Amino acid sequence: MADTLLQINGLKIEATVFPPGEPPQDITIVDGVSLSLEKGRVLGLIGESGAGKSTIGLSAMAYGRGGVRITGGEVLVNGRDILPLGTRGLRALRGAEVTYVAQSAAAAFNPAKKLLEQVIEATLVHGRASKREAEERAIALFAKLGLPEPETFGNRYPHQVSGGQLQRAMTALALCPQPDLVIFDEPTTALDVTTQIDVLAAIKEAIRDTGVAALYITHDLAVVAQVSDDIMVLQSGRTVEYGSTDQIINHPQEEYTRALVSVRSIEHKEKLPTDAPVLRVKNITARYSGTQFDVLKGISVDLSPGQTLAVVGESGSGKSTLARVITGLLPPRDGTIEFAGRTLASDQKNRPREDLRELQMIYQMADVAMNPRQTVGTIIGRPLEFYFGLRGAEKRRRIIELLDEIEMGEAFIDRYPAELSGGQKQRVCIARALAAKPKLIICDEVTSALDPLVADGILKLLLNLQKVEDVAYLFITHDLATVRAIADSIAVMYRGEVVRYGPKSEVLAPPFDDYTDLLLSSVPEMQLGWLEKVIATRKMESAGN
Amino acid sequence: MRNIPISALIGLVFTGVYFLMAIFAPLIAPYGLAEIVGDVWEPSSSVHLLGTDSIGRDLLTRMIYGGRTTIFIATAATMLSFTTGAVLGFLAATVGGWVDQALSRFVDLMMAIPSLIFALVVLSVMPVTIPVLILVMGLLDSTRVFRLARAVAVDITVMDYVEAAQLRGEGRIWIIFREILPNALSPLVAEMGLRFIFMVLFVSTLSFLGLGVQPPAADWGGIVKENKDGIVYGIAAALWPAFAIATLAISVNLVADWVLNRTTSLKGGRGG
Repeated sequence: MADTLLQINGLKIEATVFPPGEPPQDITIVDGVSLSLEKGRVLGLIGESGAGKSTIGLSAMAYGRGGVRITGGEVLVNGRDILPLGTRGLRALRGAEVTYVAQSAAAAFNPAKKLLEQVIEATLVHGRASKREAEERAIALFAKLGLPEPETFGNRYPHQVSGGQLQRAMTALALCPQPDLVIFDEPTTALDVTTQIDVLAAIKEAIRDTGVAALYITHDLAVVAQVSDDIMVLQSGRTVEYGSTDQIINHPQEEYTRALVSVRSIEHKEKLPTDAPVLRVKNITARYSGTQFDVLKGISVDLSPGQTLAVVGESGSGKSTLARVITGLLPPRDGTIEFAGRTLASDQKNRPREDLRELQMIYQMADVAMNPRQTVGTIIGRPLEFYFGLRGAEKRRRIIELLDEIEMGEAFIDRYPAELSGGQKQRVCIARALAAKPKLIICDEVTSALDPLVADGILKLLLNLQKVEDVAYLFITHDLATVRAIADSIAVMYRGEVVRYGPKSEVLAPPFDDYTDLLLSSVPEMQLGWLEKVIATRKMESAGN
Repeated sequence: MRNIPISALIGLVFTGVYFLMAIFAPLIAPYGLAEIVGDVWEPSSSVHLLGTDSIGRDLLTRMIYGGRTTIFIATAATMLSFTTGAVLGFLAATVGGWVDQALSRFVDLMMAIPSLIFALVVLSVMPVTIPVLILVMGLLDSTRVFRLARAVAVDITVMDYVEAAQLRGEGRIWIIFREILPNALSPLVAEMGLRFIFMVLFVSTLSFLGLGVQPPAADWGGIVKENKDGIVYGIAAALWPAFAIATLAISVNLVADWVLNRTTSLKGGRGG
């Protein structure tokens, strides 16, 4: 224990919130959290959004984001309490002894400056190396992180490299001053699975070779299991469980940890396709106006009534574009769409109301999919009024019925979206789609923005509703665990083409084509040593590289 | 609503007083509007609180009636400019394409001509009546509102909830008034406060130049014009309307600032 680098004792963090129409209130975000981290080790902080994990991470730099105040406890870095340090002392600490890797590298880099300038900036400001030394160090880091052409990589601008590369460049930025401690705040959350795995491997290797200590913050237990030595599970600002990675993954003690470990355990029995599909996409080719590039190339898929077709692929594979073509927001250049036995007009504006009603859509970001100035009752009630002409008491009765169906209840009818949690918002969006009594709902990444446990609840709800309402889902996602949980048939998309398509049992059974193999093997599994195993056996590099 | 900051409270009180005086002018005013009740430029006394004007009319009476005219014209012109500007701005943003181009370029053209000069040219060939004044001021100013409304609405039209309404098959009227307007209201309301004050200044300027409200009717700009010669002799009569314009401007802006603060952020606003 001689080499304890970071020691946090009884940390308490508060913030002032301003609820609309009420006087400001003080709330406690983090309460009584203690941890210690030795040199060269990695501690994973895990929890749902709002658990306080990022707030704890930033407290290791004595920083409180947006009105957050550290009100109790002590934070010792190298045996020195950093909370009483003034601005000058903190400035010497941040970016030198302790550095930070943010979630969105794209937002964290200055688009007007070359990468190398930004990577060595902190090192130079703190006088931790001469310019020449810093550049050499940065280039060595680029090479270690597996970036292409490390000698010249730094001469590019942020927009000239991919998201995965940018995230690695930010890791280089954090490691360049040779800090004692690096805070990784969800560094791979915004990346595709196939890219995530490369970044993860690069980060792990860099941590091991440079011997820094790291705090690794994430909501994904399977990811943290690959990189950390110890794990702390947090819920609502309190420690639920704190132990070695092996103990947390293989022998979780607390109920909550067990729930996190066993998430995505939905059993769904695959249904066989029928002869009369509700949706038949025939040979669709599409491009966005003003471009010379086909985003979709000859896509053909079928979907039977009351079943789920999962469309899987990385970002840029064209899966959301397919949804836009089916809904008629982007008329295709070629091909037709048959829906319930009739051919749909290619432009949404020319479709009769009945077609619009039977084809509904649920979005990824529930926050922006609902008008913030309308109540839940108005949001769900509008389709009832619009398609069925329901009014007054009859409409209210149906709204309450729908609210019960999404397991929320009458009490929510007068609430505004801002007063709902992320999962509740998505449920309201589901109710709005159901209100139209559709035959098909297009679900565009509906669980991607949610915490695992909440996403699980949404998926179970969707499956139940499918049984009751006999509605078909076209489920667009990049998450294979979700696909396994709910799909009847699967279409794997890669660069605008369907590379594999069929019933779930066939698509997910070997022999695989190279891309499906890469995609399947990249989904982090809840077991130790998985990362090394996968990296050693992969056939193909991710497209983001 | 309970936590109104002190600055907004002051603004609300003064704005309220000015509007009440405007509404109840005939009841409050001690004399008739065009009644000559004393000598030229009498100093203030218990009979004439603010003294008399250049031809011996009671200045307080003139101020109250003048405020009525000024505030009425400014309010009506603001309403007109907001209705036209916002509706056309929202339309340009939702329809897009050549409609947007045509409207936006026309507005650019209008804004290229200084509005005071434009107004003077128009008013010199038209009969100067109050409806004409309101129409000219309102339409000229609606170009500014158009710009703001279009910019705000363009940001809103790309939101998923507008797309969801479109996919539902909603018409343009519903999308403009139910999806976009409620979300664009707060910047528009804040802008309305500022625009109202610009209208007060605009109508006062026109009257001062002789192309606004015509005598014997009173308005604040006109009162300055009638009494400006008195300043040379140390008579303060021309300063009262200036003072009124300044206090009204400040108090309306205090209220507008408060509305802006309250509504821009759903998290309680800046500063408090």
